[in-house]
Amino acid sequence: MVDVQGLVNELVSKLRRRKVEGSSATARLTAELLRSVISQSKLPTTNQPAALIDAVRDVGEKLIAANPIELAVGNIVRRVLHIIREEDHSNARDAVEGFRLSVGGDNDYIVEQDHLNLSAAAQSSLCRPSLHALLERSPDSETTYFTATSEDDSEEKSKSLDQNAKSLKFRRKVISAVNDLIEDINTCHLMIAELAVKHIHHNKVILTFGRSRTVKEFLCAAKEKKRSFGVFVAEGAPKYQGHLLAKELAARGLQTTVITDSAVFAMISRVNMVIVGVHAVMANGGVIGPVGLNMVALAARKHAVPFVVVTGTHKLCPLYPNNPGVPLNEMRSPSEVLSFEQFSDCMDYRIGTGAPQLLVVNPAFDYVPPELVSLFITDIGGYCPSYMYRLIADYYSSDDVVIQQKPAS
Amino acid sequence: MGAQKKGATRVSEDPDELARVPLQAILLADSFTTKFRPITLDRPKVLLPLVNVPMINYTLAWLESAGVEEVIVFCCAHSKQVINYLENSEWFSHPNFSVTTIESHNSISAGDALRLIYERNVIQGDFVLISGDTVSNMSLTQVLKEHKERKKKDSNAIMTMIIKRSKSSPIIQQSRLGTDELFMAIDPNTKQLLYYEDKADYSKGAICLDKLLLIDNPSISLHNDKQDCYIDICSLEVLSLFTDNFDYQHLRRHFVKGLLVDDIMGYKVFTHEIHSNYAARIDNFRSYDSISKDIIQRWTYPFVPDVKFFGNSATKLERQGMYRASDIVQSRSAEIGSFTVIGNGTRIGNNTKISNSVVGGGCTIGSNVSIEGSYIWDNVNIEDGCKLMHSIVCDGVVIKSGAVLEPGVVLSFKVIIGQQFVVPSYSKVSLFQQPTKQDSDEELEYADNSSGIVENSSMADTVDKSNGQLTSELLDEECGPTYELGPGGVGYIWSICEGSHEEEWRHSIAPIPADKLAEAMQNTDDDLELLTQDGSVLPPSGELKPDSNYSDDNEDPRDDSIYFEKEVEATFLRAVHENIKEDHVILEVNSLRLSYNKLFTDCAGAIFYSLMKLALEIPHSSPSELCNSTMDVITKWKKLLKSYLTDIDEQIEVIQKFEEICLESAKEFSPLFSKILFHLYDKDLIQEDAILKWDDEKKNADEADKVFVKQSEKFIQWLREAPEEDDGEEDEEE
Repeated sequence: MVDVQGLVNELVSKLRRRKVEGSSATARLTAELLRSVISQSKLPTTNQPAALIDAVRDVGEKLIAANPIELAVGNIVRRVLHIIREEDHSNARDAVEGFRLSVGGDNDYIVEQDHLNLSAAAQSSLCRPSLHALLERSPDSETTYFTATSEDDSEEKSKSLDQNAKSLKFRRKVISAVNDLIEDINTCHLMIAELAVKHIHHNKVILTFGRSRTVKEFLCAAKEKKRSFGVFVAEGAPKYQGHLLAKELAARGLQTTVITDSAVFAMISRVNMVIVGVHAVMANGGVIGPVGLNMVALAARKHAVPFVVVTGTHKLCPLYPNNPGVPLNEMRSPSEVLSFEQFSDCMDYRIGTGAPQLLVVNPAFDYVPPELVSLFITDIGGYCPSYMYRLIADYYSSDDVVIQQKPAS
Repeated sequence: MGAQKKGATRVSEDPDELARVPLQAILLADSFTTKFRPITLDRPKVLLPLVNVPMINYTLAWLESAGVEEVIVFCCAHSKQVINYLENSEWFSHPNFSVTTIESHNSISAGDALRLIYERNVIQGDFVLISGDTVSNMSLTQVLKEHKERKKKDSNAIMTMIIKRSKSSPIIQQSRLGTDELFMAIDPNTKQLLYYEDKADYSKGAICLDKLLLIDNPSISLHNDKQDCYIDICSLEVLSLFTDNFDYQHLRRHFVKGLLVDDIMGYKVFTHEIHSNYAARIDNFRSYDSISKDIIQRWTYPFVPDVKFFGNSATKLERQGMYRASDIVQSRSAEIGSFTVIGNGTRIGNNTKISNSVVGGGCTIGSNVSIEGSYIWDNVNIEDGCKLMHSIVCDGVVIKSGAVLEPGVVLSFKVIIGQQFVVPSYSKVSLFQQPTKQDSDEELEYADNSSGIVENSSMADTVDKSNGQLTSELLDEECGPTYELGPGGVGYIWSICEGSHEEEWRHSIAPIPADKLAEAMQNTDDDLELLTQDGSVLPPSGELKPDSNYSDDNEDPRDDSIYFEKEVEATFLRAVHENIKEDHVILEVNSLRLSYNKLFTDCAGAIFYSLMKLALEIPHSSPSELCNSTMDVITKWKKLLKSYLTDIDEQIEVIQKFEEICLESAKEFSPLFSKILFHLYDKDLIQEDAILKWDDEKKNADEADKVFVKQSEKFIQWLREAPEEDDGEEDEEE
C-alpha cells in the first residue's frame, strides 16, 4: 500500500521547487495523484461523496498553494471534484429510481434513509444539468443507468443493499471517470490534431510562437494529410523554445522558417493564420501564454489574420483573470535574459546608495484578452472565445470554483 | 500514452542511476572564522536569516534539488542549536533525502572536521563538499559526470572546484562579495588548476608563477575575474589526504595550495566553470548584503522568497520586486520602496519609508521611521522617528525613538539602543563584552561560547530588572567601563581592532564611502601608470602561449648589456671616489657579471670603457694632456684591468672596445689610439699576440674599419719585426 500522504508531499515539493512545470505534465501528475487519493482514502459508511469531496479538496488546496501559477493543477482538482459530484448525482438518480421501484414492494428503512441523504445532494446537482451532458450523454447513459438500476434492483432484493459493495461501486465509477480524464489529458493533442485538416489548407502560411507540443502535432497531422504549407516560427525569447520547435518541424519534413520575436510584425502580412499553444484559458476566453504572445495577437489583429489557440480542455480554467487568486505572471531568473558574469560589475551594490544600478525583469507569461482570439481548437471541437463560459459550466461545478472555501454544510 | 510512458521511464531512470552510488554531501555547518562576530556568539552562522530564511535551508534545498541523497551535516559551534533546528525542520522527514548530523566540540577548522568525518567512515564515494552558507541553483549532473570521467582516466584527479566568472572591481581589488581578488592559473584544455592565490600582495602589483608551470604546460590561462564558489566535488582520497597531512586546516589556503605547490603524489585539482547558474558563498557582511540582493532580484530562482522552497511563509511578489507576506499591518501613509521584503506579522506605522531592505517577521516599526538598505531580523521593535542606514539588526533588538544607525552598524541580539542615540558607523554592538585578546582569523566561534553563556545569563538578569537608567548604572558597576548607548541603552560597542580599522569598510554592508572610493581610485590610477610604464599590464584574463613566454624571457640582449655597462661604471666610479680597494671592486664586478649572466670579456670591455670615461672627465686642454691623464688612470687601475685580461680573447675585446670608443663616444681619443695601445702593451695589459691577432682579423675588413690599424701600423710592424729583440730586451732587463 502506497503512502498517499507521502505521494502528496512529494508532488507538493516538486511543484514548490518548480521541478514539474508545464500544464500537461502538472495536469497528468495531479490527476494521477488524485486517483490514488480517491482509491485509498478511508471513507465513512454514510455520506461518502461529501467525505470524498473533502479529501480531494484538502489535497487540492495544498497542491494549488504549492505553485499557484500552474493553473492546470487547480483545473484538474476541480474536474475531479466535478466527476465525484456527477457520479453522486447519477447515483442519486439511481437511488431515486430504485426507491420508486421499491416503494411498491417492501418498505426498507435503509432505502428511505438513503433517499433522504441523497435527495439533498441530488437536488443541488440536479438543478444545473449541464448542456453538454444533456445533449451528448443522456441517450446512452440513460440506457446504461437503466441496466445498472435493474442490476441494483436484483441485488437489493437479494442482499438487501450491501453498503460496502455500494461504496466500492461508487468509488470504482469515480476512478474509472478519473482514468478517462487522464486518458483525455494524454491524448488531447491527438484529438486536436485530427481537426488540423479542417483548418490548414494548401499553400497557407502559418505563424506560431514558442514551443507547444499541441501545435507541433497539429501541424504534423496536416502534413501527414499531404497538405503543403509553410511555417514561420517566432523563437520565443528568452527561452528560445521556438528553435527547438523549428528543429522538430524540419525533422518531420515541414517547410520551416525561424524569425525573431521582433520580426513578427514585419512578417505577419505574409501569414494566413496564427496558431499558438497557451498556458491556460481563462473563463472569459482570454488566454495566458508565453511572454510575447500578446504582441503576436495584436499584430494578427492589425492585419486581420486569424489568431487560433489550440488547447486541451485541462487548460480551461474556471477563474476570471481579474480574480485576485490568479497570479497572472511569474518572474523567473534574470539569468535567462542576460549572463550574470558579463554584468556582474553592474550588480555591485557597494557604490552609491547601495541600490543596484541594473535591474532585470523576466516575466514568464503574457495575457491575451478574448477579443484578440479568433478561435479555440480543443479536443472536443472548435469554439469561439465567447463560448468558453459554457464549456466551463460543462466541466466544472460552480461549488468548486473557489477551492479554498469550505462549502457550507 | 506514448508520451506518458516516455516521461515515466525518464523519471524512473534517474533515481535508479543514482541509487547505485548514492550521492553524498558533506555540509560544514560552521565557517571556522569570526567574521560574523558578534552575532555568531549567540547563534551559529548557518542559522542566521538570509532574506528571512535561515541560510542552511538554501544549501539543503539546493542539495536536494540537485539530486544529492544523503547529507552529512557537520556541526561544531553551537552544535546543539543547529541539531535542534534541523530536527524540528522538515528536512529530517524528507523522502529520498536523508540528513544526518555529526557533532564535534573540538574541531577548530575544516581540516579537523574532515578528519573526524573520515574517522566515522560514513562517506562511500564521491561527495559534494560545501559549507552551510552557500547559495546556489546550479545543476550538478554535468560536473559530476565530468568528475567521474576524469577520475576514470586519471586516478589522481581527486577534486573539481566550481568557479564562476565575476568581475572584481579594479578599484579596490575585491570581488563584489567582499573577498579578495583571486588569481588562478588554469590549463585551458584540461581545466586543471595550476595556481591559486587569494591573498595576493597588491603592493607589488605582480604575482609570481613557478617557472616549472610554464615548462610543464603548453599553455596556461591566467584569471583574476573568477569567483570561487566554494562548492567542491571530491573523491574519497581528499578525506584521507586530510588525515595524512594533519597540519591541513583551511580548505583553500592549506589543502588546495598544498596540493598545487607540494605536488603530493601527483594529485590534481580541476575546475568547472558555471555560466548561467548562480553560486556564491556568504563569507562576510558584504557578501551577505550582495547575496541578499541577488536573491531579491531572483538570480537564485527558484530559491526566491515567493517560492516556498521549504516551509517558509507565503510571500507574494508585487511590482518592482517588493515581497510582502500575507498578513502585514501597514499604514496607508507608509511607503515601501522597491526590492524590499516584509515578513509575516510585521506592523508598519505612519509615514515610514522602507527601501532596499529586508524586514523579518513580527517586527514593530513606528511612525516616521526611515529604513534604507538594512537587514532587520525577527521581532525587532523600532520606535518612532528612527533612522536606519545600511545596518544589520538582529532578533529582539529595541531601537528607541529618535535613534540613528549610521551605515555599517551591526546590532547583535537583544541590544537596546537608547533615545536619540547615534550609533557611529561600522560599530558592532553586542550584549557581550568584546573578548580582550584578538583572535586570529582561524579561531573558532565555539571558543568563546561557554563564557558567552555565563555572561548572557547575568546580562539577562540585568535586562529583566531593566528600567532604563537603572540598568545602565548596574552595567556600569558590574562590567566596568561600558559604552553608553543613550538613555535606556543596553549593550557594548565593540571597538574595532586597530589592524582592521582601515579594512572595515571593505567587509561592511554599507556602500563604500565616497572618500574611500576616491582614494582607492587615485591609488589605482597611480598603479596603472606605474604598470604602463613597465609596459606589463595584465589583461583581466589571458592565455600565455609558449611563444610569448620566450620573448618575455629573452629580452633584448642589447638593452641588457647597456644596463650592465652602466652598473659596472657606477661601481667603478664609486671605487674611484670612495677609495675602495681593487679586490673589492673585482668582487663587486664579478657579482654583477653573475647577476647579468655575462662573460669575462664583457667585464673587461665594461671596465675599460669606465676607465676611459674617467680619463676623459679629467680636465685637459690638449691631446697630449689627455694622453698623459689616460696613461695615469690606466697605470693606477692596472691591477683591476689586469685581472680581467688574462685571456687573449678579453684583450682583443678591449682593443675592439677602444676602437668603438674612439669612433663613437669619445672622438678625442682617436688621434691617441696608437699611443695608448702602446702604453697598454707597455704595461703588460695587452700582449703582443692579441694585437697581432686583432691585426689579422682586421685585414679583411672595410677600409673605414682599418683607420686604427693603419694608425698603429708602425707599432704592429715593430712588434712583428722585433720579437727576438723584444725578448732580448727582456733578457737584458733580467
